[in-house]
Amino acid sequence: MLEVANLEVVYNDVVLVLRGISLEVPDGSIVALLGANGAGKTTTLRAIGGLLDVHEGDVTKGHVTFDGADITELDPSDRVKLGISQVLEGRRIFGELTVDENLAAGAYVNRDRKATSAAYDQVMTLFPRLAERRKATAGYLSGGEQQMLAIGRALMQSPKLLVLDEPSLGLAPLLVQQVRDIIVDVNKAGVSILLIEQNANMALSIADYGYIMETGKVVMDGDPQKLLKDEDVQEFYLGLHGDEGERKSFRDVKHYKRRKRWLS
Amino acid sequence: MIPTVVLAQAGATNDFAEMVAEGLSLGSIYALLGMGLVIIFKATRVLNFAHGALTAAGAYLIAAFASIYDIPGRWIPGVAPWFSWTLSVILALIAAAFLGVLLERAFIRPMVGEEMFAVALVTLGVDIMLRGITNDFIGTDPRPLGDPFGTQILDLGWVTVAYSEVAQFFTAVVLVAGVALFFRSRTGIAMRATAFDQEAARAQGINVGRIFSIAWAIGAVLATVAGLFISIFPRRSAGVDTSTAFFVFRAFPVVIVGGLDSVVGAILGGFMIGFAESAAVSYLQFDFLGAGFGGIVPYIVMLIVLIVRPYGIFGTEEIRRV
Ligand SMILES: Nc1ncnc2c1ncn2[C@@H]1O[C@H](COP(=O)(O)OP(=O)(O)O)[C@@H](O)[C@H]1O
Ligand SMILES: [Mg+2]
Repeated sequence: MLEVANLEVVYNDVVLVLRGISLEVPDGSIVALLGANGAGKTTTLRAIGGLLDVHEGDVTKGHVTFDGADITELDPSDRVKLGISQVLEGRRIFGELTVDENLAAGAYVNRDRKATSAAYDQVMTLFPRLAERRKATAGYLSGGEQQMLAIGRALMQSPKLLVLDEPSLGLAPLLVQQVRDIIVDVNKAGVSILLIEQNANMALSIADYGYIMETGKVVMDGDPQKLLKDEDVQEFYLGLHGDEGERKSFRDVKHYKRRKRWLS
Repeated sequence: MIPTVVLAQAGATNDFAEMVAEGLSLGSIYALLGMGLVIIFKATRVLNFAHGALTAAGAYLIAAFASIYDIPGRWIPGVAPWFSWTLSVILALIAAAFLGVLLERAFIRPMVGEEMFAVALVTLGVDIMLRGITNDFIGTDPRPLGDPFGTQILDLGWVTVAYSEVAQFFTAVVLVAGVALFFRSRTGIAMRATAFDQEAARAQGINVGRIFSIAWAIGAVLATVAGLFISIFPRRSAGVDTSTAFFVFRAFPVVIVGGLDSVVGAILGGFMIGFAESAAVSYLQFDFLGAGFGGIVPYIVMLIVLIVRPYGIFGTEEIRRV
């Protein structure tokens, strides 16, 4: 199980981006982390994956634990070895390498040949399209294929937990569905999922639990069905209510809610 | 100088063959230097101005092991000279690899995340420092590398070639093939991945720091082999001396021509410039240009290529679909 507890992250020693965020990903579950642009979703992923340092980010409070062990200060490679794999925002495949080489790069920490070739077979079964294009230069794949490759590359590490950062970003609706189905398949194979999304509909349709974050904090969490029915969520993440003109900012609603909470 | 005389005699059989031989010789040295520069640049995004000092330091290491201290030959009675020399060179290459790793860990790693220009300046400082130390060891006279080739000549009838040239060309071919194979290996793929996207490589669990060290080790080994060929008879010189480190300035145009991030470019660029220089020296005799004309040919080729293709012949603008 992954636990993020009261995490604070500061960039460049001054910009406080995560303000005490807490969340959990129990074994075997799919957890959705939703939020608008700039809410701090990617920063949360960096804290979980160990990639804050290149962005001059630091954890100033709180911690990240995985299966009971504190991993807040671990190197990314040690986290991968523990079973946490990540699919970065924007796919980030190695464009000059072939599909097979991308997968080999994904398997870098996986030194057990049998496990690697089993993972490879699994990826090929999961993504028949990649199997057809094994020798193709990854940079020339379509956006959908690149997303498949990014997920396949992470799966080469035989993870226990897969964290995906906006895998549906920039994909046509049909491909979004495909990505969603793949996440469900991967989860069925026993991998826990933390799904970071702006596409609340897609994420909540498959999640066991959902968190909604804004400006570095969780502002709402709970059962996906409950979240989907929530009026604020509908208004701000699903665009069901009202037109652009009368959209209030979520912050106003929050204020309002906070006041309501104080009053009650 | 003596080498030029030998060269003139060897070339007397056939001017064209001599031009080709010199082109191959120069080309393989340029290719080795270029490959090292490109590998370091690709993996670490550092333009290594300390490559010249590495070339000289590596050549001196060979001189030290093979000729000055005769290690390990002095402990093996009755060993064949060529065998003893080969062992010495292998030891020197291992030492050079460690030197590369040491420089990377001590001076380059702390600069991670800094401006490319700032890091390039640091390598310039490293060059001055390492060159100074190496020159102290070398002293005033050239240090022979103790190679077993001597001035032996292979007479093929239509052309005569020195043993050292044959050895040089084959070594270059083997190293090019070795580098190509390396890039297909687990570590090599990890290096190319790191070169393309460092953060994504780290996300895969690739230890980017180790990749940096390996790149510098490979660069230093290739520079050492180049240093060896720059420092032996009959084509180049009588040994490693204080000018050996400057040879690399003839190879910088190679990586600009081939493309800073292209290993294939470094190899083809190396031979292209090697041949252009050799041909210019053989066929273009302008009195007003004097004898040093060959040395500026790499820069002329570079200027012409840059006009046509600003990022080099094989340098790529990134392949990336958004
Ligand atoms: N390297 C950085 N340095 C400073 N601020 C950053 C950096 N990366 C992100 N931020 C800021 O942190 C906030 C959260 O960003 P991010 O985690 O990328 O949000 P999200 O993924 O939810 O869009 C944004 O305001 C962004 O501008
Ligand atoms: Mg983001």
